[in-house]
Amino acid sequence: MRIPLTWLREYAQVPAGATAEDVMTDLVKVGFEEEAVHRPSDDISGPIVVGVVLSKEPEAQSNGKTINWCTVRVVPEGTAQILDIEGIDPSGVQGIVCGAHNFEVGDKVVVTLPGSVLPGDFRITPRKTYGHVSAGMIASVRELGIGEDHDGILVLSTLGLDPEVGSDALALLGLDDEAAEINVTPDRGYVFSIRGAAREYAHATDSVFTDPAARVEVTAATGPGQGIRLADEAPIYGKNGCDRFVARTVSGINAAAPTPTWMSSRLRLAGIRSLSLPVDISNYVMLELGQPLHFYDADKVAGEIVVRRAAAGETLKTLDGKVRKLHAEDLLITDDSGAIGVAGVMGGASTEVNSETVNVLIEAAHFEEVSIARSRRRHKLPSEASKRFERGVDPAVAGIAAQRAVNLLVELAGGTEDTTATDVGTPAVAGPVFLPLGFTSARIGIEFSQEQIIGSLRDLGAVVEKVDGGYSVTAPSWRFDLVTKEDLTEEVIRLVGYELIPSTLPTAPPGRGYSRVQQQRRRAVQALADSGLTEVLAYPFVSKASNETFGVATAGETRAAVKLANPLNEELGFLRTSILPGLIDIAKRNHSRGFHDLALYESGLVFLPSDTLGTGSIPPLGAKPSDDILDALDGGIPYQPLTMAAVFTGKDSPAAPGHAPRAWDWADAVDAARLVADVTGVELVVEQGSHQAFHPGRAAQLSLRSGEVVGYAGELHPKLLAELRMPARSVAMEINAEKVFEAAADVIVAKPISTFPLATQDVALVVPADIPAQTVLETLREGAGELLEDVALFDEYQGKGIPDGRKSLAFGLRFRAMDRTLTADEASAARASAVELAAERCGATQR
Amino acid sequence: MSQKTAETPESTTEPLAVPDPLDEAAIGAAVANALAAIAEAVTLDGLKAARLAHTGEKSPLSLANRKIGGLAKEFKAAAGKIMGASRGRVAKALAARTGVLEAEDAARILVEETVDVTAAPRRRRAGARHPLSTLQDRVCDIFVGMGWEIAEGPELESEWFNFDALNFAPDHPAREMQDTFFVEPPEAHLLLRTHTSPVQVRALLERELPVYVLCPGKVFRTDELDATHTPVFHQFEGLAIDKDLSMADLVGTLEHFTRQMFGAEAKVRIRPNFFPFTEPSAELDIWHPGAKGGPRWIEWGGCGMVNPNVLRAAGIDPDEYSGFAFGMGIERALMFRNEVADMHDMIEGDVRFSEHFGMEI
Repeated sequence: MRIPLTWLREYAQVPAGATAEDVMTDLVKVGFEEEAVHRPSDDISGPIVVGVVLSKEPEAQSNGKTINWCTVRVVPEGTAQILDIEGIDPSGVQGIVCGAHNFEVGDKVVVTLPGSVLPGDFRITPRKTYGHVSAGMIASVRELGIGEDHDGILVLSTLGLDPEVGSDALALLGLDDEAAEINVTPDRGYVFSIRGAAREYAHATDSVFTDPAARVEVTAATGPGQGIRLADEAPIYGKNGCDRFVARTVSGINAAAPTPTWMSSRLRLAGIRSLSLPVDISNYVMLELGQPLHFYDADKVAGEIVVRRAAAGETLKTLDGKVRKLHAEDLLITDDSGAIGVAGVMGGASTEVNSETVNVLIEAAHFEEVSIARSRRRHKLPSEASKRFERGVDPAVAGIAAQRAVNLLVELAGGTEDTTATDVGTPAVAGPVFLPLGFTSARIGIEFSQEQIIGSLRDLGAVVEKVDGGYSVTAPSWRFDLVTKEDLTEEVIRLVGYELIPSTLPTAPPGRGYSRVQQQRRRAVQALADSGLTEVLAYPFVSKASNETFGVATAGETRAAVKLANPLNEELGFLRTSILPGLIDIAKRNHSRGFHDLALYESGLVFLPSDTLGTGSIPPLGAKPSDDILDALDGGIPYQPLTMAAVFTGKDSPAAPGHAPRAWDWADAVDAARLVADVTGVELVVEQGSHQAFHPGRAAQLSLRSGEVVGYAGELHPKLLAELRMPARSVAMEINAEKVFEAAADVIVAKPISTFPLATQDVALVVPADIPAQTVLETLREGAGELLEDVALFDEYQGKGIPDGRKSLAFGLRFRAMDRTLTADEASAARASAVELAAERCGATQR
Repeated sequence: MSQKTAETPESTTEPLAVPDPLDEAAIGAAVANALAAIAEAVTLDGLKAARLAHTGEKSPLSLANRKIGGLAKEFKAAAGKIMGASRGRVAKALAARTGVLEAEDAARILVEETVDVTAAPRRRRAGARHPLSTLQDRVCDIFVGMGWEIAEGPELESEWFNFDALNFAPDHPAREMQDTFFVEPPEAHLLLRTHTSPVQVRALLERELPVYVLCPGKVFRTDELDATHTPVFHQFEGLAIDKDLSMADLVGTLEHFTRQMFGAEAKVRIRPNFFPFTEPSAELDIWHPGAKGGPRWIEWGGCGMVNPNVLRAAGIDPDEYSGFAFGMGIERALMFRNEVADMHDMIEGDVRFSEHFGMEI
């Protein structure tokens, strides 16, 4: 909401020297954030005065143009020029070259004298042109920044102005005014008016407010006016779409009369373009009182006006010339011809007021918020009117606003007031709200006096009565947002001042600290960084193709993914089912910036929908839904496991004297995944895996002891890397950290430590090349029995001396007993039974 | 060094006359020769040669000593005394010289082993946390320290938890102002949460009263990325529901937190605002003593007393319990606390951004 200061001053006590900034500083205290200052004088400055054209000599030029060489008097007749600026003639008469032709000798015009500055930092100086020295300019409305018209200069009589020659044109045109723009929160629709803003300014500064509505004397109706019938047969949420409709008529207006500059300049500062006197009046009254009005050409309205919902297939040509298909929920203004407007949103073309209109029918109605909001959204027609109706308009001000419009049409457009009037409908009146004694003090933490509570609420316009145990508060008609004792509490502290709220620190009950999962996650996220990876955070928006490449192991399988209804970028219209696409994008961005050795990771949620997506309906607000409904809501929310992923490219470290860097390889990816499990004490089973995004021979499938697969790690598929323009041999891992954390033991039971001597034995086994080393190792472990303390693979060999298709694996076995020193024979026997099982299961032979 | 070199003095020197063990002058001369040779040795090899020449089996002193056995009984004691003292002096000198030369040798080796420590390679790659996640952890630590717990919830939420449960009426302008990402199909009523407030409702439904929780996490709005906006950002919201909580408790809590975060001089200021889920509602400014360009007030978030309808949505009697809630942005904090000038840096994943912060914030 933009508030022109001259307008505000009519209804509030704004100090003489106050600027728009000062006004905003005050309004912030009562809850309106500063948006902007609109001050024409920042862009335009004098001397800019009223001049009268004394002579006008057309002179044809060689370029085919005809210019006018004019003399313009810029001081009152018989007085001397007092301005002492280079180029300003002491005689008070300026010689000016003017290219426009729409004026005559004797016309009063706006002269921008040398030394003045116009919008766009256009500085006026005397200049030689077309054989004359032109000392100033006769300005057009566009040059003055007050309109679009540039076909000719501004002749002041066209605005109905006949000012004194030499007077300040900036003041005349309202360019010395300024506006404060504030952000109005959705609960305070009434502040979309000078009336509301002035009231709030008075609250903020503890000064006197004059209600503009109280200044309007509504003519006593001499009989019924235009026939109006309210016939909403399908109210939304049980509320009538229109619960008050005031209609008034003014006859015999001159619709082409100019809009006075005081009005057009205020409209302009408020952000509304001046269009024609009737339209300007309706906007002016709306800005002043907050009541949107609609003017109909009374001669084009046929018969009774009925306010009803649209019928199937109904259409309306709106003011903007577009034919709109109406929706059954649209609230319409209709006459015998059909729809003549979408209530509160936009009028129809057929009854539009134009320059030939003589008789005006004024509509000042009260429409229901939701109905207007839905129509506005449906037809994408945001307007000053719908903005106010959606937030709620004071239902009591309709008749006053209509009268104000009647008065202005009479005063400025020469119309005659029709003293008949129609006022139908009964707006709902909210009952009193009970505010218990002590409630406000307890909720805020200040001991309020009775005077503070009653005084603040009365200042708002509420009627306050002291009743048993508290106050009975009837909110004013424009404060329909005040329905609970909490609402009233906010008003009391808002007017008393938030800055007076003291500070006390409540003591929370003993907390349980971080949950197990929160600790596990933090440890894993930190461990990845500690091990040399760099954490990044990608957006979760990905393409369908990315989800189908990284989200599913088998090519061609479709990935159930969540699609956004309104993505910022259609290409990336899906929620990620894998973190890797985002990480790869980030890796590529770093490459393009010259960083090739990367180890990146992200920890975040992925979105894995099941068959049930959402719920067909949702419960109402203000009440706890049943457990069944809550379960259904939760059941419709896709599984979003915490997932961790990493991508490695290039080398593990920079080369340095005495240090040879190593290229990241598949094992680094496996190691990063293992780290996530290790720090939470979970054992990860690593097996040869198959995933379309990975190298078919260098992919590890990661699973839990339970057998559940929780991720993949290894080298990314060379073909995919080429397609993605990623460096060859890039490696990656992704793991469902949530599942890993769930597998962690609650308690780790200690293992007894034997202090008897160790017996070590090595064994080299030749096995078929396709048997995983891990399988052989597990077999040895099983075969060796309980004397085996540990077994580790320390060498792998293929080549000379080993038959084709086979490989040699060397294991170190460590034997120890709990209760005695092992003899060499005992260790050898255990080793032999291990080898025997390996021979049986894996086809192993001793080398 | 070789065996050969060590034997050189014996093989090349004329065999010395064997002095009489009772000839003190001769023995003294042999001792003097030995001491001189020991003193002259400047390397451990040279000292070894001197040792062999003057204390070896064929050295004059050894040979003289061996003669004692052939002396008459009455001379043996005197000769033994002379020889013992003489050989002791030589042995002592040898030991002393050995000590000196060994120390010199050790010192030389250490000098030779000097490296240029400024050329030390970084063998362990220095990893880094994203500053948003580090800052989020820092915020959580402060509240956990106050006895609060951390509550979390899904990012893809039911519309009811994100709006209705928080007293956003259907069709209310406030609902539209949230610039929500909805998912297909719209009639499934699922959305990307626009704030972490749905977690507050979940916390109230799941936990025993009183509740003091902090809800950090990722939230989503349909804003295009620019220097100060991002469609995906991070918030932390606090919720305290107890008996008799007041707005003064809200101010005190925010003040305590702000001081932990920005230093003892930090202050908070609240001014009226509107949110559907709080009544009264307030906008939060903090006085940031370390702000770039000098201390100043900075807008940081919203707060207020929890609207009774939110409590009712969780089955809590608003006449028995009351409480407060607040919410702030982590990106914004990173901007004014750590002077990050452009939102792009936080989301693009340039390794220089995270690595500059390392593990700290």
